[in-house]
This record gives sequence, C-alpha cells and structure tokens, in this order.
Amino acid sequence: MTALVTLRNVTKSYVRGKQKVEVLHGIDLTIEPGEFLALMGPSGSGKTTLLNLVAGLDQPTTGEVLVAGDRIDQLSRGSLSDWRARHIGFIFQFYNLLPVLTAEANVEVPLLLTNLSKSERRRRVQVALELVGLAERARHKPNELSGGQQQRVAIARAIVSDPTLLVCDEPTGDLDRQSAEEIMNLLTALNRSHKKTIVMVTHDPKAAEYASRELHLDKGLLTNDTRRAA
Amino acid sequence: MKMFRQIGAVTAMNFRSLPQRVSTSLVVVIGIAGVVAVLVSVLAMSTGLIRTMENTGRDDRAIVLRSGSMAETSSALDRNSAKLIVDGAGIKHDANGDPITSAETMRILSLHKKDDDSEINVILRGVGPRMLEVRPELKIVEGRMFEPAVTEVIVGKSAHSQFKGLNVGDVVHSRGANWTVVGVFETGGDSHESSLMTYAETLISIDQRGSFQSVTALLDSPSSFQAFKDSLSSNPALAVDVVREREYYQQQSKNMSTIISIIAYVVGGIMAVGAVFAALNTMYSAVSARLQEIATLRALGFGSAAMVASVLAEALILALIGGVIGALLAWMFFNGNTVSTSGGGMGQMVFELAVSPQLMILGVVWACVIGVLGGLFPAMRAARLPVAMALRAV
Ligand SMILES: Nc1ncnc2c1ncn2[C@@H]1O[C@H](COP(=O)(O)OP(=O)(O)OP(=O)(O)O)[C@@H](O)[C@H]1O
Ligand SMILES: [Mg+2]
Repeated sequence: MTALVTLRNVTKSYVRGKQKVEVLHGIDLTIEPGEFLALMGPSGSGKTTLLNLVAGLDQPTTGEVLVAGDRIDQLSRGSLSDWRARHIGFIFQFYNLLPVLTAEANVEVPLLLTNLSKSERRRRVQVALELVGLAERARHKPNELSGGQQQRVAIARAIVSDPTLLVCDEPTGDLDRQSAEEIMNLLTALNRSHKKTIVMVTHDPKAAEYASRELHLDKGLLTNDTRRAA
Repeated sequence: MKMFRQIGAVTAMNFRSLPQRVSTSLVVVIGIAGVVAVLVSVLAMSTGLIRTMENTGRDDRAIVLRSGSMAETSSALDRNSAKLIVDGAGIKHDANGDPITSAETMRILSLHKKDDDSEINVILRGVGPRMLEVRPELKIVEGRMFEPAVTEVIVGKSAHSQFKGLNVGDVVHSRGANWTVVGVFETGGDSHESSLMTYAETLISIDQRGSFQSVTALLDSPSSFQAFKDSLSSNPALAVDVVREREYYQQQSKNMSTIISIIAYVVGGIMAVGAVFAALNTMYSAVSARLQEIATLRALGFGSAAMVASVLAEALILALIGGVIGALLAWMFFNGNTVSTSGGGMGQMVFELAVSPQLMILGVVWACVIGVLGGLFPAMRAARLPVAMALRAV
C-alpha cells in the first residue's frame, strides 16, 4: 500500500532575532491511509510544527514532504492553499469557528471553495451535522453552544468536504473529560467507519489511547513509534 | 467565479461582524462624510460664482480700462481719455447721434449684513447719465431712479436683501456724505445686483478723486467690437485695454473661482489625509480583531486575494456610505444658499451656492479614493499574514 504521508529528512528552522533555531532535526515518517496517529511529546518539542508541515500550513526548511501524491514542499503559497482546501480537514484546540456564523454556516465554509450548488452544499452540511449529532443545533451561533458542541461543529466542518486527511492539534485540550471522550469517540468512529486518516497532536495519554499508532517527539526528534492492534 | 464566491463569502462574513465594530466604523463614515461635505460645499461656491458671472455682461458691450490694469478697481481714466474713448468707432448712437456710453467709477462702502451683523465691503458704482441706455436690463423695482447732483443711490436687489439700512428712504453715511436710498433695482441676476449706484459726477465731486475708472460702451453689434478696439488702440493719445464685457466678468470670476477651488482642494485634501488615517486605523483594528478568523479561513484554503478584496470592500463600502451622506448634507444645507464674498476685482458679491450632481459625484469619488487608501495597507496585512504563526496566537 502506498503511504499517504511521507516525510524524508525534514528539518524546520525558525529565525528568532539573529539566531536560527532548528526545531525539527531530520524527521523521516510515513503514514498509511486509514491510520489514526497520535503525536505526543513535551511542550515545545515541535509537534505543532510537524503537524503544520503535514497539513501544508508551513514549508520545511529542508527535506521532502509528500502528501496524497503531491510534493507539497515544492508548491507555491497560492497553490498550497488550494491544495489544503482539497486535502486537509482541520480541527483546532480552540475550535476556530467563525463567531458570526451559525453552526450550519460554519460547516458550509469549506464548501464555498468548491463548485457545488447551493442545494448540494446544504445537503452535505446536513449530513455532516447529523454525523456529529448536532443536526438540531444547526441554527445556533458558536457562543450558544458548549465547548464540546463547538468542537463537534468544527469536526463537521473538517469532514464536510471529504478531505484526504484530518489534522487535529490538541482537539480535546480545552474540554472537560466527558466532552473529551465524546470527541475521541467521534474521531474514532470517523477513522473506523469512514476510513478517515487522522493525525492528532495531543498531550493527553487518555486521548492517545484511542489512536491506532502513537508517535513520540522529543526536542525535534522522533523517539518512539508504537502501533496498537485494532 | 470561485474567486468571486470566496470574496463574496468573506466580505459577507466581515459585514456580519460589523455590528461589533460600529463605533470605529462610524468614525470612518463620519470622517469621510465631513470631508465630502466640506469639499462639495466649498466647490459649490465656485460653481455658483461661475453661474452668476456667466449672467453678467453682454457681447455687444465693451469695457475700457487703463492699459495694464486687470480690473476696474486698479484702473484710472482721466476726463480727457474718457472723452476720446466716447469718440471710438463701433459705438451705438442714439436718435440724437450721441454715443451710448457710461464713464464709471467705484468706491467701497462698508455695510452690515442682516443675518450676523458682520461688516462687508460693498461697491458703490458711479455711473454716467446714459447708464440706463447702456444697461437696458436695469429695472427699478421699487422707488425711483436717483436724480443728478444729489446724494441719492439706488441699491441692487441682492444687496437690498442682504444688508441692513438699504430700504427706500434709509440714509447711508459714507464717504463724507449722507446717501439717501431712493430705489431698488434688478439686472437679471448678475453681479451688479450686489452693488449700489449713483451718478459718477456726484461721487467724484464729493471725494475730489477726479477721475473715472472705466468706460462701458454699447456697441452697434457684437461684431463691432474689433473696430472699436482698433480705433482706441490706434489712438496715440490713449493707453487703454478694451475687453468685451462678458469676457471681462468671466475673467474676474475665473480668478476668484480658481482661488475658491484651490481652497476647497487644500482644505478638502488636508481633511482627506485625516480621514485616510482614520480609515487606516479602523481597518487595521478591524483586521486585528479578525486575525484569528483570517488565519482560520486561510488554513481552510481561502486565498489571500479574497482577504485583500474583502478588507478593501469593507473600507470601500464604509467610504461610500460616508461619501453619499456628505454629498447629501452639502446638498441639503447649502444648495441654493446665498453667500457673499469679497475679493478679486469685484468687491462684495452675492451669489447662490450650486451643489450640482457633478459635484456630488466628485465628492463620492473622493470618498472612494479615501476608502481604498485607508483599506489598502490593512488589506495587505491580512493577505501577508503568516497563517501558521497566526493560528498559534490565541
Ligand atoms: N514562528 C516561530 N518562530 C520562532 N520559533 C517558533 C515559531 N513557532 C514555533 N517556534 C518554536 O519552535 C519550537 C516548537 O514549537 P511547537 O509549537 O511546534 O511545539 P509543540 O510541541 O507544539 O508545543 P506545545 O505542546 O506547547 O504546543 C518551540 O520552541 C517554539 O518556541
Ligand atoms: Mg503545539
């Protein structure tokens, strides 16, 4: 089976003042389609940086990043944003919903980048909201929803355009235990029943237990790679 | 198509968050409305002035001034010159064979305005005995004509309505004499209606400044002008300039309307710079307030062009609202208002402000330019936002 994500000898450096700081030191990584990967590690180890490279939000300093058959390290900024629209569904720690839009309008946002008709967009929004169990909250604004519900809206937004890969940066980081479990169950269901490939950064070992593979990052190096039997 | 939908979607989202930014957005709208209102109303002055001056003067009348003097006020013609001018070719003669001319002189009177009591300089024009033949458009609408050799004046219609103490029977103390107002005249809306008139000889005998300033001559026809001009310039005893009356007044108003336009653009320009900064400030804070949203949209795949366009669209729409309000305010409050001004060669003049549709469009165009300038840099900031970095900054 061909890998969905391949990183070859990827480094990432930031320039801080006059200093150049290397945050990722030669990462090699492959992720197969259908995997649910949890990326763990101490704060500042480079998890978000690595996730952003996989998601096409940022470019590596050196090395190759191949995702869904595209060398995204070679794409221009403009084509990279088109590429993200086609391939990546984002789930953020703080949900990042647009506060002025209702839940259904938030979910529709990625579809505005497609050529789908209005009725088709509406149908897909409906399906996505049903999948996360929030169909009856379609007309609510984010500030009328709990954190867990907002994150479920965000998940609906991430899957509505049927992306190749879901990336989540601490999706339960801002939630209580109960809501966190609901979110993890939802992600697991998306992975198992809908064959979504998921890359999730998390601090929370409990959340990581839901994943099929655990990857540890320490000071910019991959240290531990564990696969769990399904 | 997809591009337009992106821009439309992002702009619509921005507008829905506008209620949270009312006060800063209002600053832009009000600021731009102010700029446009001032610009349009000051320019309306020059438009109104030009309209009034276009009514003054006829093609078959010529005005003769001392050579090199641009305006009547700076001209002087002695009695001998005045006599020679009257013998020029092309002048219309009456039934008795006398040339129809008026040797004139002007003095400045200080009068008080009715509305705010401010002191304004007004022209008292001394005219020749044939003035009524030279200016057949002059009609006495109240009272009577002045008599020769007595200190009587007639007042123009707009001077009468603007200034205190100009009713028939009132006495104006000025230039060492008591001038009795005996009549009110109109001249079809031209600039003479802002002045007072008496006999030139009366005026000269009172202050002993024994000369005329201009001679106005009625010509046989507009085409006689060249002959008239040639006959005077070929006379070695005369050093005069001969101008068609209409051209003279247009020239005079051109200077003044240029000054007014310059004032309008300078004042409007300074205010516009202020408004650009207000717009910049507002749009920067609008963008800052939305950095997270912009970063999220960019992550989801929206292009930077959509961000630029949406910020610009918001700035432009705020500016447009301000511009339209400003233009309407100028129109409501100033269109048709009479104002008086002094300066140029004409002394005080009364005319109507004219807020024309062209002026209002000009004002709105200015507003749009201000909006675009104020939106451009914030828009570029939104576009250049490093997405990964902005997403971290919660
Ligand atoms: N734009 C940037 N400029 C400079 N340094 C940066 C930038 N972004 C991240 N870093 C640095 O890179 C290192 C890795 O950051 P990263 O956010 O990837 O860590 P993380 O593992 O996600 O941490 P956390 O668990 O706290 O989210 C940190 O030392 C951070 O300070
Ligand atoms: Mg992180």
